[in-house]
Amino acid sequence: MRGSGRELSALEIEDLAAGAWILGAGGGGNPYHALLNLRAETARGFRAEVIPAAALGDEDLVAVVSTMGAPLVGEERLPDPEVAARPVRILAERLGRDFAAVMSLEIGGANALQSFMVAARTGLPVVDADCMGRAFPEAQMTTFAIAGLRNYPFCLADIRDNVVIVERAASWQWQERLGRVAVTEVGSIAATAKAPRTGREIKDHAVLGSVSRAIRIGAARRRAKAAGSDPVAAVLASESGLRLFTGKVSDIARRTTRGFLRGKARISGLGPDRGASLELHFQNEFAAAFRDGRPVATTPEILCVVESATGEALGTEVIAYGQRVEVIALDVPFALKTPPALELVGPRAFGFDLDFRSLFPAS
Amino acid sequence: MTKSPPALRIGVDVGGTHTDSVLMAGRRVVREFKTATTADVTTGVVTALREAAHAAEGPVARVVIGTTHFTNAVLTGAGLSRVAALRIGLPASASLPPFCDWPQGLARRVRGPVMQVAGGHECDGRPIAPLDETGIARVGRSLRHEGIRDVAVSAVFSPLDGRGEARAAEILREEHPEARITESRELGRIGLLGRENAGLLNAALRPLAARVMRAFADAMETAGIRAPLLIARNDGTVARVPAAAAYPVLSLSSGPTNSMTGAAFLSGVSEAVVVDVGGTTTDIGYLRAGFPREAPREVVIGGVRTLFRMPDLLSIALGGGSLVTRNGGAVGPGSVGYRLIEKGRVFGGDILTATDCGVAAGWARIGDARRVAALSSAVTRRFARAVRERIEESVDRMKPDAAARSLLAVGGGAFLIPERTPGVSERVDVPHASVANAVGAAIARIGGETDRVFHGVGREEAFRRATEEAEAGAVAAGADPTALEVVEREDLPLAYLPGDARRVRVRVVG
Repeated sequence: MRGSGRELSALEIEDLAAGAWILGAGGGGNPYHALLNLRAETARGFRAEVIPAAALGDEDLVAVVSTMGAPLVGEERLPDPEVAARPVRILAERLGRDFAAVMSLEIGGANALQSFMVAARTGLPVVDADCMGRAFPEAQMTTFAIAGLRNYPFCLADIRDNVVIVERAASWQWQERLGRVAVTEVGSIAATAKAPRTGREIKDHAVLGSVSRAIRIGAARRRAKAAGSDPVAAVLASESGLRLFTGKVSDIARRTTRGFLRGKARISGLGPDRGASLELHFQNEFAAAFRDGRPVATTPEILCVVESATGEALGTEVIAYGQRVEVIALDVPFALKTPPALELVGPRAFGFDLDFRSLFPAS
Repeated sequence: MTKSPPALRIGVDVGGTHTDSVLMAGRRVVREFKTATTADVTTGVVTALREAAHAAEGPVARVVIGTTHFTNAVLTGAGLSRVAALRIGLPASASLPPFCDWPQGLARRVRGPVMQVAGGHECDGRPIAPLDETGIARVGRSLRHEGIRDVAVSAVFSPLDGRGEARAAEILREEHPEARITESRELGRIGLLGRENAGLLNAALRPLAARVMRAFADAMETAGIRAPLLIARNDGTVARVPAAAAYPVLSLSSGPTNSMTGAAFLSGVSEAVVVDVGGTTTDIGYLRAGFPREAPREVVIGGVRTLFRMPDLLSIALGGGSLVTRNGGAVGPGSVGYRLIEKGRVFGGDILTATDCGVAAGWARIGDARRVAALSSAVTRRFARAVRERIEESVDRMKPDAAARSLLAVGGGAFLIPERTPGVSERVDVPHASVANAVGAAIARIGGETDRVFHGVGREEAFRRATEEAEAGAVAAGADPTALEVVEREDLPLAYLPGDARRVRVRVVG
């Protein structure tokens, strides 16, 4: 399988991290520590190879990887490529088959780099795809769950020699539940490999091209900054995104419940939006935007708050009074917008009694 | 009964270009003085001390010095020592060793032996692995052998359970009695790399801190002043010399802090946005109960990402010496800095600066206004709008919320601050504003602070223990145990951590 894709440069790894942070829609965890690991691996000669899903054989097996746990714990128990690779190796042993490639669960936030950390230690190529197209707070919010694919076996490994394999789980929700218990026991953070996928399943049901998309977004922002032009405009032009609102953060309320960061931020309009106000609701990620009380954008489309001056994406945990921001919206693949998909990732799945209305004409 | 005369105090602030001093009698500024900072530590300080002491009618009760030496050392890398790093936490966090996110240049100067051993804690308080005491003893012996004295110790989740770091320091001292050890939990909070980086910087600054403290003591002797010497810290408190020498990073940014606490003292306003306009930059901070608000997240110092107690400051490239270009539309980031008095137009130079435009706009009377009389009103209008927008946005960013707050105007370029700013209830011009930093040093009290996570104890018990620890810290820094007072206490439940975890912060002064 190696050799059918292309090698990423050190600069593209930086772009990937920046783009993944924007696709995180305010959540997904900051990729900083994962990026430090990849810089170190790159300095030791690692070159990541990214392959298109089309290069996979239908019967090839792909490992789907992520870090699972409490974000604050990740500030002390830092990500480690060796640990990231462990559940992949063990799952291959258990299946009695080698993986042909590795893929990240989500392209938004820190997990976007998980597949690359695994690649650094296993030599596997990384598939240019994920199964969220952004970041979502729960494991069943994936295109694989939407498609009703099998959710097991699931493998979890810690920093010692503890490994848990969930052989079967009655549903994606059960898999999440069983996984959480094990994660808590090993220190509230663990590396995971979700149910393995065949090449066919990836081609039919994954969000394709998402690694390239993150790199493209990061590069657009970097080039605009270097040229002294508007980084937000560059990101929007690159992704056919929409500028929803320009303003300053005038109020912020946060609360943490059952491991989720929930709350809302109010943005008071400036420039073209002077006199109007936008309210953003979040649950780890930004989920819905209301302009003067009227819904204007909701999940699953990506809502992102970026600092006007720098184009730097602001996480839901750091957004603060007085920041000058642009609220932008980026499209997601159609697979996330079908009626069965909306049951899992639409506004109602996040507690909003709203019908989803797309901001982007069907493409 | 006769009323005793108010105590005399001297405050000195050693800045990058100027050294300021004041003599205060109680709440009154008796004498203020400015001199150029000298390349050697002592000369400028001796001059500043002498000038202040000269006005004293009676014995000086104490001298407080605030200095920018440590900040400059980190920014330039000069004067930093080589540091050994010992991290406790294996098998966790192994792939990102100490110094992993330092800029290369600074790392080359500071990075000594880097070691990781087993130990540390989980977020729920269980040990990750038994502490590798044999390994730590071996580290101590090899450092003694190599003659490396400055050591920074960090442990995974040490703000939750500090026993690993404390035991490691004990073992290192047994094996290597000369070692100067910094323990990360005494400086920083949860966030391993940022806390560890603060410890590494502290360890790297300790030899310089010892030299600077000796130089200050010499300066006191040369100036003929016999009084206790205290050193300003960045939270608006002071510490006796031994504590200040052991924790130099707690004095980083003490200059802007002193400016803010001095402004609060001089104006009598304790809750406000402080805008300090210098020659090249403007520092904006926020005062709460008379003390600067602490930065909520990482602060990058000399390219090193740190997570410890630093004042929350926003610096923008706008000052009295800022270059004005694009017909008034652009102010800064370039600046003539301290050469304003030769380069600025009102001083006879030929460079258009913010001061020149301010004079043309009628905001200030400085130099020769006729030299800017030809400036068109379109230029001054554009200039005024550009300055107003920058200050307005920065003030907004430093306010905690939308409620109107006072604005304290400080610094030589304070005339650039608009009379009215949205969200500001009043603009207060601070008396003696040009030496607010030295005043802030002179009036500061000895402080102690605890900021750590408590696990599995109730809220009241956590507060009780935190207060005890903060008081012990204040006494260790030289405070009078009978005059301690809690000035701040807050807690923050950490919902992301399992169990009843809360971050508790208590500050006491004495």
